[in-house]
Amino acid sequence: MRRSLPLWAEVALMPLINIVAAFLISGLVVLFIGESPLEALRLMMLGALGSAEGLAFTLYYTTNFIFTGLSVTLAYRAGLFNIGAEGQAYLGGLGAALVCLTFPNWPAFLLLPMAMIGAGLFGALWGMIPGWLLAKRGSHIVITTIMFNWIATSLMSYLLVNVLRAPGSMQPESPAFSKAALMPSLDGFLNVLGLRLSNSPLNASFLLALLAALYVWLLIWHTRLGYEIRTLGANPGAADYAGVPTTKIIIITMGLSGLMAAGLSLNEVLGVQHRLLLDFTSGYGFVGIAVALMGRAHPFGVVCAALLFGMLYQGGSELAFDQPKITRDMIVVIQGLVVLFAGALEGLWRKPLLASFNLLRPKSTQSGPER
Amino acid sequence: MMNQHVRQTPAHFMACAASALVLGLGILGLGTLSAKAEVKPAIIYDLGGKFDKSFNEGAYRGAEKFTAETGIAYRDFEIQNDAQREQGLRRFARDGFSPIVAVGFSQASALEKVAAEFPNTQFTIIDMVVDKPNVQSIVFQEHEGSFIVGLLAARASKSGKVGFVGGMDIPLIRKFACGYVQGVKYGKASAEIFQNMTGTTGAAWADPVKGAELAKSQIERGADVIFHAAGGTGLGVLRAAADAGKLGIGVDSNQNGLFPGKVLTSMLKQVDVATYKSFADSKAGTWKAGVQVLGLKDKGLGYAMDDNNKALVSPEMKSAADQAVSDIISGKIVVHDYMSDNKCPN
Repeated sequence: MRRSLPLWAEVALMPLINIVAAFLISGLVVLFIGESPLEALRLMMLGALGSAEGLAFTLYYTTNFIFTGLSVTLAYRAGLFNIGAEGQAYLGGLGAALVCLTFPNWPAFLLLPMAMIGAGLFGALWGMIPGWLLAKRGSHIVITTIMFNWIATSLMSYLLVNVLRAPGSMQPESPAFSKAALMPSLDGFLNVLGLRLSNSPLNASFLLALLAALYVWLLIWHTRLGYEIRTLGANPGAADYAGVPTTKIIIITMGLSGLMAAGLSLNEVLGVQHRLLLDFTSGYGFVGIAVALMGRAHPFGVVCAALLFGMLYQGGSELAFDQPKITRDMIVVIQGLVVLFAGALEGLWRKPLLASFNLLRPKSTQSGPER
Repeated sequence: MMNQHVRQTPAHFMACAASALVLGLGILGLGTLSAKAEVKPAIIYDLGGKFDKSFNEGAYRGAEKFTAETGIAYRDFEIQNDAQREQGLRRFARDGFSPIVAVGFSQASALEKVAAEFPNTQFTIIDMVVDKPNVQSIVFQEHEGSFIVGLLAARASKSGKVGFVGGMDIPLIRKFACGYVQGVKYGKASAEIFQNMTGTTGAAWADPVKGAELAKSQIERGADVIFHAAGGTGLGVLRAAADAGKLGIGVDSNQNGLFPGKVLTSMLKQVDVATYKSFADSKAGTWKAGVQVLGLKDKGLGYAMDDNNKALVSPEMKSAADQAVSDIISGKIVVHDYMSDNKCPN
């Protein structure tokens, strides 16, 4: 008898079944409101991947989800559940904006890196405070990170309404940054590849996100710090006993987690909006939790899950656009079902699948090697 | 938890590829271009959504009225995040829609870009000015309307104490509050005013429970008339006032009928008229770009009178309000606009 699924089934078949299940249920919902589920699926896929512009938007959303997914992943590896990516990203935007607004005359080669460092510092700091509270005071990280989201929201609203708002504007948003602070667009790069793009929100942050994923992978599995993070996550007591400086590791991990979350602000604030505005995080930080869970807290998985969510976001908005009967709330339902099946219920099909494997290949268990 | 599944490493690529394959099966053809009609109106709502019982819904009602009268269908889109503003505007413009009504001040920077790309498309933005040759900007003198309902509140109050509950704490809502305070003081110089904002995030527009709590605490301190400028949150304000036997004042749409006899009046902000007019003018060929400031004068603002509040507003109160309206129009009363200097004199 097999006790676990073969690797390929675990990593390919299971997510596939989960996604198909989610789409089947979503299809029923679409059918229920009187639209064709196949047409909806077609529009969604076409919207997400069917045109250069759709693809660019998909990758733009993917960028956000990679960063926030990595943020949750990093903390998760240390056994910390960071719900605060939203707030950390929000503060990251503040860091970037302060640099851009304070030094509007700096040239791009100086301003852009400094803005990125500013974003990273602020995001890391916002992650380190709950980390410090946990390490020193024993405050529960889930509670503190959630609370820090609210503190971030209130702080940013105050700053945007009272301090950073452009004079004479009623928009609670900062003045536009200088052109030097723009994250380079990838339009030109993609046009070389034969796509025809203009004004897509896709920018160099996407490449940074991929680099960040590589970095997290290297960090966790190929460095001493990563080993300590994993040890802490596997067994805090044992880590402590083995001489891992747990207090330090918790604070550092949360700082790095916040740093990753701040990447979202590079994409949104420096890449797309070119100014700081209210609620630019739009809940991407929370979706990051689902992305990390779905990606099995592994950078490769996170990139894949982020791509799926990017497709859902972009395809969903195109669907809402083309089918007036399908409102944006319906899109949220479909996205929620994917999260439910792929994240929360991901074990739902494991037992039946295992049973069918055993039924189909009764002999292989005696001759074949056990995993 | 999920630690037991995290061993697999590069094989996630397989999962990725396989999922993409299945998802990709849906791509079969390309969308067809729609035929060009005479007028193809469209609306892009703000984040609050189409049915916010207030501002966005006003635009929706205006569009529905246009469709009912002319039989010309319109398209609309509810955005989910800020990046979709530009995306939505551009899509509508590219598909040949015109006029395109962008609801809410937050659409301004997106519209500025898209309007430049599609110089032959007519755009209308509500609550903000965008200076482009093909953009019609419609803004309202909210402080004037708030002044009038403030005056009515002061006259209707027996305790000499009135309240204001705002939604999100942004300049626009402070403009409402400031006009209201001036109106109350004009009606009764000694009146006391309690002001509360519901919150500092977008959630403050849709929190009727908190709205009711704020209204209750103002009532406990003696307020007996409460004006809200809080979108969906305001429904809680009106309900709390009605439950306590006090009076509420509605906003944007005519909300007198929500709690008949318990809503003193509503400050009307005719977003529906603005939307309807943009569509109808475009159809008639009289659509014009430029700034339109709608105030009491052109009935873009007003206070609601109907059967539900007839008994609440005495003839003296009504004549005082109407007098103030004509005084504001003639310039005899100048209502300070908070947004002109970010200050409120009272």
